[in-house]
Amino acid sequence: MVTGASRFLGARVAARLAADPRIERVVGLDPHEPPPALRALLEDVELVRADARAASGAMADLGAEAVVHMAVTSAPDSQHGGRQAMKEQNVIGTMQLLAAAQAVPGLRKLVLRSSTAAYGASFRDPAVFTEDTEPRAVPRGSFARDILDIEGYVRGFRRRRPDVAATVLRFAPFISSTADTTLTRLFAQPFVPTVFGRDARLQFVHVDDALEVLHRSVLEDHPGTFNVAGAGVLALSQAVRRAGRIALPLPEGTFSTLWGLARNVGIGQIGLDQVDLFVHGRVVDTTRLVDEFGFTPRTTAAAFDEFIEAHANGSSLTAARLEAAEKAILDGVRRLRAENSRTEKASVKGDAA
Amino acid sequence: MSQHEYRDMLPGHADFTLPKPATPVRVNGRRPIPEVPQMNGHAADEPTPEPTRPDVVDVWDQRVASGLAFLRRRLAGTYEVDDFGFDRELSDAVFHPLLRVLYHDWFRTEVFGIEHVPGDGGALVVGNHSGTVALDALMLTTAVHDRHPAERHLRLLGADLVFRMPIVSELARKSGATVACNPDAERLMSSGHLVGVFPEGFKGIGKRFADRYKLQRFGRGGFVSAALRTGTPIVPVAIVGAEEIYPILADVKPLARLLGLPYFPVTPTFPWLGPLGLVPLPSKWLIQFCPPIPTAHLTEHADDPMVVYNLADQVRETIQATLLELLEKRPDPFGL
Repeated sequence: MVTGASRFLGARVAARLAADPRIERVVGLDPHEPPPALRALLEDVELVRADARAASGAMADLGAEAVVHMAVTSAPDSQHGGRQAMKEQNVIGTMQLLAAAQAVPGLRKLVLRSSTAAYGASFRDPAVFTEDTEPRAVPRGSFARDILDIEGYVRGFRRRRPDVAATVLRFAPFISSTADTTLTRLFAQPFVPTVFGRDARLQFVHVDDALEVLHRSVLEDHPGTFNVAGAGVLALSQAVRRAGRIALPLPEGTFSTLWGLARNVGIGQIGLDQVDLFVHGRVVDTTRLVDEFGFTPRTTAAAFDEFIEAHANGSSLTAARLEAAEKAILDGVRRLRAENSRTEKASVKGDAA
Repeated sequence: MSQHEYRDMLPGHADFTLPKPATPVRVNGRRPIPEVPQMNGHAADEPTPEPTRPDVVDVWDQRVASGLAFLRRRLAGTYEVDDFGFDRELSDAVFHPLLRVLYHDWFRTEVFGIEHVPGDGGALVVGNHSGTVALDALMLTTAVHDRHPAERHLRLLGADLVFRMPIVSELARKSGATVACNPDAERLMSSGHLVGVFPEGFKGIGKRFADRYKLQRFGRGGFVSAALRTGTPIVPVAIVGAEEIYPILADVKPLARLLGLPYFPVTPTFPWLGPLGLVPLPSKWLIQFCPPIPTAHLTEHADDPMVVYNLADQVRETIQATLLELLEKRPDPFGL
């Protein structure tokens, strides 16, 4: 059973699991109809239109063996009730889903989509987070707090049902040629607002790698918490340059005020936790994932390159143009110097004469 | 002769001695060879052939080309940044050349015992902290990078304050520094980096000029337990000279509290001369690396407060003793 099946990642997970012959039946659970773009993906998936609250009945009836909980929203959606609904879905939904899951005797596996936002981001944090790092302060931002609550519920669930293999996957921000998140939207614009005097370290995970990890955690037994991210780091300024965009440095205060305004007006959906991400950055250690799953996600740089290729329009300072400019300047300098030396020689000759 | 060797021969050097005549060697009962005393007792060198100069035009062409290529790489973002945000290319091409000006020409720094810094693998360099702003940390980085045969990069551990401030935090991360906390220190050391730490922290750099070269308390010895846990050798280092660059005459506590700083210094030039007061006084610097203290045999005692405390004390005493030794070598703080 996959919750949040009408969403970008949930639908892909459901489709991928449905395509696997080792899995008999995949049921997607979502309170909303899937958007037309995802409907083709979900052909083999039985869809149940129900939210997590109604899941208890559904889950018991289906006798689910594995639950993949993907219905975790990272940003409030003004069309679906804003922050209130987001919290309802994230925290209350998870609570009810886990309560229902606890009562299903045949359940063997629980996979939760979490996020590295659980670590927060601040200047005091260690540079690299491992799964055991406790955030030094409760992260600000609604999403990060939701994630912490959700993970707390999973810890409780583990205690009550030790026979169920519970996998918590903390994903770095997703990126791919098709992914559509607040971060990818930001990098798709010709100008990217950044924070003046800060250069956050970013990590991404490719959607395909995330799907692979989710797939494996359903089929294989990997209880525990894992960071899922591409190895390596891109500095924000570096990412902006690689994308050929132009950075727009704003003072920190202005930056968060602007996003706050945008949030209120309903344009942007950048939460406070993402503002913190842009200021301080966040890097996680994926050694445990690689050891346990035997799978290495492609590096952050490679994942980002793929994204750039798909979003080439809107970039102004591309590598090719820079190279052309370099060549032009170099040629210009060479020509100038050649001319200079010729005139010098001529004047020397003139003196001699 | 390299730049460093040349500088070390100049009379301003702390270890300068008048050149001794070479020991005469009689060959078959004839006149002693060499007849002319050589510099510093060096044997007569074969005159090194002048390096054949490539065409001057080509040199400039290469310089322009490499400069442009550097600019292009920076603008296109095709460089590597490690997990801590350390940008090696930027450090080598921009930060170190700038720091070198201060290091050579302003502070006339001399380095002793660089051979005590291991050529590969992790090590924890522990130094005394002074000088109002942490210039000593930067000079130590330059010293390690310039004088060490392996051109190692020293990864500094900085206070929270450094990473709270914009611009400073960005520069610190790019130059390889990270927040002083055990997870970061252990991660750096276990991956074979050279880590630099100043356990005195603000107590060291914010002390009065009257207390110069008196080591302050060494915190809780967190640096020792980090080194013990990873079995990394500790290299104590004594830095003389940083105390005189901004002598603190008084500390305006209320103003410091208002600005959220650990201290607000009043020096002979700051804040009286405005921005001009930010120019450090040109003191003479000596940096001495001490023999490394191995910790590999103590790994299981990382949580034993007694072992940690004793080791921290040993490091502290070593640095204090070396400081006094160096001060004797340098009678005049502003001498050549």
